[in-house]
Amino acid sequence: MADKITNKQIFFNPFSKDNPVIVQVLGICSCLAVTAKLEPAIVMGLSVIAVLAFANVIISLIRNTIPTNIRIIVQLVVVAGLVIVVNQLLLAYAYDVSKQLSVFIGLIITNCILMGRLEAFAMGNKPWPAFLDGIGNGIGYTIILIIVAFFRELLGSGTLLGFQVIPPSFYEAGYANNGLMILPPMALIVVACVIWVHRSINKDLQEK
Amino acid sequence: MDKIRPAFEPGGKLHAFRSVYDGMDTFLFTPRETSRSGVHIHDSMDSKRTMIIVIVALLPCLLFGMYNTGYQHWLATGATVFPFWELLGYGFLAILPTLVVAYAVGLGIEFVVAQWRNEEIQEGFLVTGILIPMICPVETPLWMIAVATAFSVIFVKEVFGGTGYNIFNVALVTRAFLFFAYPAQMSGDKVFVSSGSILGLGGNATADALTCATPLGQVATSGATNAAQVQAAITDAAGDPVSLWHMFLGLIPGSFGETSTLCILIGAVILLATGIASWRIILSAFAGAAVMSLIAAWGATPTYPAAYLSVGEQLCLGGFAFAAVFMAPDPVTSCRTNVGKYIYGFLVGVVAIIIRVYNNGYPEGAMLSVLLMNALAPLIDYCVVEANVRRRMKRAKAAE
Repeated sequence: MADKITNKQIFFNPFSKDNPVIVQVLGICSCLAVTAKLEPAIVMGLSVIAVLAFANVIISLIRNTIPTNIRIIVQLVVVAGLVIVVNQLLLAYAYDVSKQLSVFIGLIITNCILMGRLEAFAMGNKPWPAFLDGIGNGIGYTIILIIVAFFRELLGSGTLLGFQVIPPSFYEAGYANNGLMILPPMALIVVACVIWVHRSINKDLQEK
Repeated sequence: MDKIRPAFEPGGKLHAFRSVYDGMDTFLFTPRETSRSGVHIHDSMDSKRTMIIVIVALLPCLLFGMYNTGYQHWLATGATVFPFWELLGYGFLAILPTLVVAYAVGLGIEFVVAQWRNEEIQEGFLVTGILIPMICPVETPLWMIAVATAFSVIFVKEVFGGTGYNIFNVALVTRAFLFFAYPAQMSGDKVFVSSGSILGLGGNATADALTCATPLGQVATSGATNAAQVQAAITDAAGDPVSLWHMFLGLIPGSFGETSTLCILIGAVILLATGIASWRIILSAFAGAAVMSLIAAWGATPTYPAAYLSVGEQLCLGGFAFAAVFMAPDPVTSCRTNVGKYIYGFLVGVVAIIIRVYNNGYPEGAMLSVLLMNALAPLIDYCVVEANVRRRMKRAKAAE
């Protein structure tokens, strides 16, 4: 089946039909952790795109020389190296955001999407499709992160990207920020809502 | 009702509102359908009648809640005479908007979903709608009630399949949502006594006079180091100390329907006499709370001032009695097996007191403990059934 898929499909499928978060349900933990505000969610998404794309390419390049028995270790070493590079870049150029993301950049290593794509795709495909697959899945992940963070920041803090968007007159009229939105459980419920909407649009994804 | 029926049959012009018609018809009269084959024994106790008996059992608490809301308001304004009917009227007007909003939102969602799924309207919300205002502070803003009700009806009930399939108690999830989402409006000392006059009833007091925390809130923040100081920390809106008898009667600040242990016990008698609530759960919940209060009082330290409360006070204060009688025995979310019911009820009591005493951030533990045990109920049932299976296997082996 794999040889039938065009590069275009490799790139675009993870956006919706084969989305890593809402269809494959991978990477949920980081979805809980970094989506309380929009800004860290975007940075996290970009970091995952970068790491995933380059890890896919590197693994794809050396896929024929990796001994099968130790392939997980090799994959982890590659990902770990890339994560350290990303982390250092963030520390150098976006210190505040990297403080907010704290350990979660480091924890990209354990993000299920990475291991899933490396095992399922990069180990059996040429570098260029692997690169597209990495970018596509990274964007699919980032889309969900941004949607969840949008609602959580808007309803939980009344801000977007740190700017106040709910006018002060609302607060005077008795409106209050929803504190539950900031807490991790709400991320799960928002993800569930996204899945709900997504499945009602794409009926072929519904389980019987 | 029968005259307008044809319009709601399939093909009729009002077919879209069929479930609404059906709901009203069976609510007001008896169900029209009879069994089509075989002999069935029918009982008039369908779930609508069950729900109505629960409402009847809730009425004493509701009426007392109205009176108490008025009483607390009068007390806070510094009055010394308490005209009964004005007090009751004030409380009625204070609770009415919340009640209407909770019912409108909840029933609205139920009607829409029933129509969507082509099902009958389920009557589960009848009770939930009356419970929501009774377990929230009087001053909760109406739009918060609406948001929380919509959230819990959709995410706790409808997505799991509607009435009878909810995994948690819907009314309690509403309160939990409010508690975590809007903590400023759900706790502290400003929300439990209604302020301002409504339709000319009640006086306007200065804002300072209208603050009074619930007794448990007072205890948690008192910093008391022995039992006597804890007693002194519990005061009413006028600043006078509160006796155990007052706590039992319920003339204390608190959420609308939960303050009066006496009225809750009347409700419990109604529920038990009609066999709707499980006496196993209610009894073991009170036993669990009593045991845990004794343990807490035995090992009381100044770090946790609530541990100095006596067993009677622990049972009468806060929402525990209300939760134990009206929330914990909910047949959908509690255990099914009899042994499981004992374990479930006992743990509800124990956990409620543990949260109340050992977490100064949450002066009230009954809500969280019932929700936690709702989640654990299927596990308890599973263990009980498995243990029974194993015991019988052993017996069967021994007989061979």
